[in-house]
Amino acid sequence: MLRHGGFMIGGGVLVLLVLVAVFAPLLAPHDPFAQSLALRIKPPFWHEASVAGHPLGTDQLGRDYLSRLIYGTRISLAVGFGAVLISGIIGITLGVVAGYFGGWVDTCIGALITTRLSLPVVLVALAVVAVVGGSLTVVLLVIGLLLWDQFAVVARTATQQLRHAEFVASARAMGASRMHVMCREILPNIRAPLTVVATVEMANAVLIEAALSFLGLGVQAPLPSWGLMLSEGKNFMFFNPWVITLPGLCLFVLALSINLLGDGLRDVQEGGR
Amino acid sequence: MLRLFISRCALALFVVFAISIICFLLSHVAVDPASGVAGDSATDADLEAIRLQYGFDRPLILQYGDYVAGVMRGDLGTSYLSGEPVSALIAERIPATALLACLSIAFALALAVPLGVLAALRPNSWLDRGALTLAVVGQAVPNFWAGLLLILLFGIKLQWLPISGSSTLAHFVLPAITLGSFAMPALMRLIRAGMIEVLEADYIRTARAMGLSQRAILFKYALRNAVLPVISLTAVQFGFMLGGSIIVESVFAIQGIGYLAWQSMSRSDMPVIQAIVLFISLVYIVLTLLADLLNAALDPRIREKS
Repeated sequence: MLRHGGFMIGGGVLVLLVLVAVFAPLLAPHDPFAQSLALRIKPPFWHEASVAGHPLGTDQLGRDYLSRLIYGTRISLAVGFGAVLISGIIGITLGVVAGYFGGWVDTCIGALITTRLSLPVVLVALAVVAVVGGSLTVVLLVIGLLLWDQFAVVARTATQQLRHAEFVASARAMGASRMHVMCREILPNIRAPLTVVATVEMANAVLIEAALSFLGLGVQAPLPSWGLMLSEGKNFMFFNPWVITLPGLCLFVLALSINLLGDGLRDVQEGGR
Repeated sequence: MLRLFISRCALALFVVFAISIICFLLSHVAVDPASGVAGDSATDADLEAIRLQYGFDRPLILQYGDYVAGVMRGDLGTSYLSGEPVSALIAERIPATALLACLSIAFALALAVPLGVLAALRPNSWLDRGALTLAVVGQAVPNFWAGLLLILLFGIKLQWLPISGSSTLAHFVLPAITLGSFAMPALMRLIRAGMIEVLEADYIRTARAMGLSQRAILFKYALRNAVLPVISLTAVQFGFMLGGSIIVESVFAIQGIGYLAWQSMSRSDMPVIQAIVLFISLVYIVLTLLADLLNAALDPRIREKS
């Protein structure tokens, strides 16, 4: 696994971004919320009109762009990890139960999965935020409650394949409860494909949060969400393209690193079979 | 085939039922419909009068019955903001979104099919690696950001294409590229994987042994079989595009369903929002149902399995 280039690059960048998020207060040169009327829309260092002390410039309220980008890592990663945790618990529970019991339980959960797949995620998430009001917690919860479908589909198929395996039968014969079999026998054996799903959904969650915030119905100002920064920047992008290239680039790098990690995991699993 | 047909239709009906409940909850329970009708300046007495007049005071199950009966007649409610029937609002926006979705799918397939086939012909070649890299990179680009970058490049810098509105076909080029490039990676991977699997099959070896040309093998034998799962995914992606159109339409100010949804969201116009959710879900359900049935019709193995 350590020899897989994509996996190492993706994993390395992701670890780096997690460190940036954790140590944001130490890394950020300025307070990400501090405004300065005199220093509005100052360009980054490569531009001749740049100002000292703000290496990536400032936004329309004179807030330091680098500091906001650094703090933005926290929001994206919180949504990414949080939403995947919620959706993983829901999806894996449903999938394992459906796959293990089969029959009408499987039919019901299958119908639930189909229903969820038929709902347009971004639209429903937006509608819920429009009703409840936007905040980081709401966005995280809504995305987590919507993205469980792939976990359920994969967990269900994987469990179906293991249901009649000998180690499952012997655990039952030894008197293990159904709960024990599902949690202790089946779950550890379907971990690998679920990890890949987790990476896909994490990248998804990050991009959906950014999209919701971009549309004004996600994380609310003045929080430095990258999606929100793109939305605020788009009014100034014609003369200052960097206000949208920088936050978009951060989103892209984060999503790419998660995808590379997931692809690497998948390759290694398939190669090992 | 008949059993499959009935079971798939039953499932589709159940899903429609479940989604109608979600949409009903969205417009009748999640927010107070009376205050939506009355507007912000209404007094408590006004709200009470409206509840009586519209029947919002009755049990929810009766209101749900009315809601379903209305939907069956094509009555999706009335917009709080404009006072127009929601069905008319949606109907006038369908052409723009349908055009956008079709162009996007066409763009995605036009890239995905040749790339997927070429990559499958030479697995692990530089072309294959390039195509896979493109897929990984493409999947990580936030589509609203891609839209803004395309606006900066082709709209502002080069001034080749219009960047806002939906009056001419040229207005749809950048949005379709934005939306289509998001669907492309998944389609390309599926075509590549399908082609690799098919090309290893015995009947392809037989066809080769019989001296058929590479071209005949590719298009008459391999692609036809590899394309089956692509039908389902195209239907799914088409549904995603209708949902994703809200982002792209708001970036490019295309007067489609997504833009209508976004406008309604920012003003909490619930009847319009729930109707759009219902409409897009219905389109998705019908498309996936058709794709499943088409797959079963084309592939006897799927028919027999059920």
